[in-house]
Formats: sequence, structure tokens, C-alpha cells
Amino acid sequence: MCALCGVLGGSDHWADAPARPGVFSRVADPLQRRRERAQRVETANRILTHYRMTLSDWQGSAFILSTATGKTELVDNLSHLWAVAERLSGRACDPLDPLLMDALRD
Amino acid sequence: MTEPFTPVTLITGFLGSGKTTLLRRLLADPALADTAVLINEFGEIGLDHHLLERIDERTVLLTSGCLCCTVRGELSDALRDLHSRRAREQVPWFRRVIIESTGLADPFPVLTTLHADPVLKHHFRMERIVTTVDAVNGARTLANHAESVKQVAVADRIVLTKTDIADAAAATSVVRRVRAINPSAPLLRPDDTSLVDSLLGDDTDATARADGVAEAWISEQMAAADAGGNPHVQDVTAFAITFDHLVDWTAFSLWLTMLLHRHGEAVLRVKGILNVAGTDTPVAIHGVQHLVHPPLHMRAWPSADRRSRLVFIVKNLDARAIERSFAVFCASSASRAPA
Repeated sequence: MCALCGVLGGSDHWADAPARPGVFSRVADPLQRRRERAQRVETANRILTHYRMTLSDWQGSAFILSTATGKTELVDNLSHLWAVAERLSGRACDPLDPLLMDALRD
Repeated sequence: MTEPFTPVTLITGFLGSGKTTLLRRLLADPALADTAVLINEFGEIGLDHHLLERIDERTVLLTSGCLCCTVRGELSDALRDLHSRRAREQVPWFRRVIIESTGLADPFPVLTTLHADPVLKHHFRMERIVTTVDAVNGARTLANHAESVKQVAVADRIVLTKTDIADAAAATSVVRRVRAINPSAPLLRPDDTSLVDSLLGDDTDATARADGVAEAWISEQMAAADAGGNPHVQDVTAFAITFDHLVDWTAFSLWLTMLLHRHGEAVLRVKGILNVAGTDTPVAIHGVQHLVHPPLHMRAWPSADRRSRLVFIVKNLDARAIERSFAVFCASSASRAPA
């Protein structure tokens, strides 16, 4: 836990699975973890642009999701991300939406 | 050595499908003497635990209501209590837990309870879901009750019961419907000599479980090939998608979390193996509705085919849209390269 801000470390979301025998992990060492987070922000922003939102890393332990009008919220993990994105944008974030797929192809 | 996780098996199945009979059969096996049992009964007067004829400190009756609606707290309390009393040697040692749910219960909340409870998730692991299907009434039940379809869709093993009193045509019809919903779960009969091993055999090693996914995948491939002729049951379809390129893990995890957030209720099950960029061995994925288990590293590819493959069991979702979406998301990642 961070002594200054009280943030608990270690996510148990499947995409951040901790390194254990037999378990696939992208957070096995600090460098890999930081690289994965940076790539996640970059890839997520390609999707979130469609909803006029942006994501950025926060302290290596959470993410900040912001709308074009300045609404901002902290999100813990990828599952949390989509719930907050829908609430802030007022739109359904649906990966099967043909418009989103067209946007990602461009 | 004490195992880090106590495996939990959930026995589910529609009303009258033979759950308690199956449980009695399993508990009569000396190999399962070290098993704690939680029985969930709906109603004020529980009967199943009397039928079980095994009342000891390791048999717990959950009576507050249906497991999927009101009793989750009781399930959590009961498991914590068992764990605590085992540690203090106040109950005979047990190395596995079997939960028998009510016939109307949705299995998913049990999974989430084990996965999300801050204490249980460090001590118990859902080993597998066993679903009983009645060979006499199963076809009618699956046609009329959405709960039974879900129970079959999420099953890791399916036991076809009452085959001794069912006529061959009825049993065949039930098997076809079960296979249309869940093409991959091994289908067993109560009189199979390997029943206990198949239902409760130890495979606590994560890598072994990953290889189990691979084996199941092979049978799924075969089943998927002729899935076109199978009946759709309550708009539930099973299909497989393949992907020729290396999968970017970041793009995939964003895609799957997004899909399950929006359509998790309709994705009854997703399972598969991925050729992930940056790894030499395949990664096994297994999810039930909104819940995805930690991805597993498999020891080796099950065949020379290195394509990524995902099997979906969905309700009212367009298979082609999912396939298109998966391909678009993976192709949009920066690290895409031919496999």
C-alpha cells in the first residue's frame, strides 16, 4: 500500500493476474508492468476516442478517465473502465457497434 | 503439504434432475470421505440432507433461500466457518467441498462469491461445475426453463441421469439439445465406472488445468464442425472463432472486458487458447458471463495448429458480429504481426 495516498497495490482483475505458477501474467516485474500499463492506455485511447474520452495512468495503480468537457473519474481496472465510460459519456460502449468497428479500421 | 486452495465442486441441475442421487453416489465412494458438503434447499423444510444420510459437522444446510438470490452471504459464512474450524481441528479434515444448489439456482453467483469474497478467494477455488440433466424430461425442461439452459451452458461436466428409465429417442433428443448448448463438457452417465474421477479427479495444478482446456478444445473443434445441424435451444448458440495472427494481449483484454461489460449476461461461456505476442506457449482463457478466470499458461500447443481459437456459448448474440469485432480490435493494435 502506498503510505502517502493509501492506495492498495495489486489488482486481482484477470487482465492483471499476478504471476503465479501456471498463470499468464503481464505484471511479473515492475518494468513489464509499466510497459503493459503504457500500452493499455495507448490502445484504450484508440477506442475511447470514438466516445470523445481519454484515459491516462494514475500513479501506476489506477487510471483517470476524462471526457472532452472535463468530467473526470478514477477507474481501478478494465471492467470498471467501461462502466465509468458509459456513465460519463451517456453512451453504450459496445464492441459490436458497427460504427465503432468502422472507426477502429480507419 | 497443505494445498493452497481447497477445490470446490458445484452440483447443479434442474428440479428433479437427480442432483441428490448423484451426490449420494459420490459420497458413498471411500475416495471422497474427506469431503465437506453444503446443501442449499429452498423452503422451510429441507429434505435433501435427510436423503443424503450423512449428517456430520462437515455437512452444512443452507436454508435462507435460493443460492443465487438470497443465500450468498450464508454460503460465504458457511465456507469461512468450515475453513476456520478445519484450521482449528474442530471438524474432521476435508480436502474438497461439494455444494449442491437448488434446482432453480443460477450457478454464476456461486462463482462470483468464491472469486470476489476477500477471504474465500485465498482459500477456495471453483474446480468445476457439474450439471445433472434428466434423460426423461430434460428436453422439455431445456425448452421451457431458461435456468436449466444456463446450468448446462456453464457446466464443466454434464451427467445424464435416469437413462435406465428413458427411451432411446428421448435420451437422444436430450443429448442433441445439451450438445447444442454446450459442445465441450464431457457427458457422463451415473453408472460410468470413471464417474468419480471425471467429476472430482484432482487437477489442482494450474498447468494441468490449462492442458485440460486444450483437450476440451479438441473435442469442441470436432463438435463445432457439425454444430450447424444442431437445434438452437432458447436462442443459445455455440460457435468457435479462429484468428491467424498473433494476439496482442492488451487489445484482447480491452476487447473482452468491453464485450463482457456490455453483453456479459448473454455470453454464457467463453473458452479458448490464444497465441499471444511475446510468448512461446499458448494462453488458455476461461470465462463465465462477467467472470473471467486468471489466464493460464499452457505447457505446449495441443497440435501443430498455432491459431488462436475461442469458443463462445451465447444467447441472442450475433456470432459473426463477435468474430468481426474480435478481428478489428486485434488488428487495431500496434504490435500486430503474422503468426
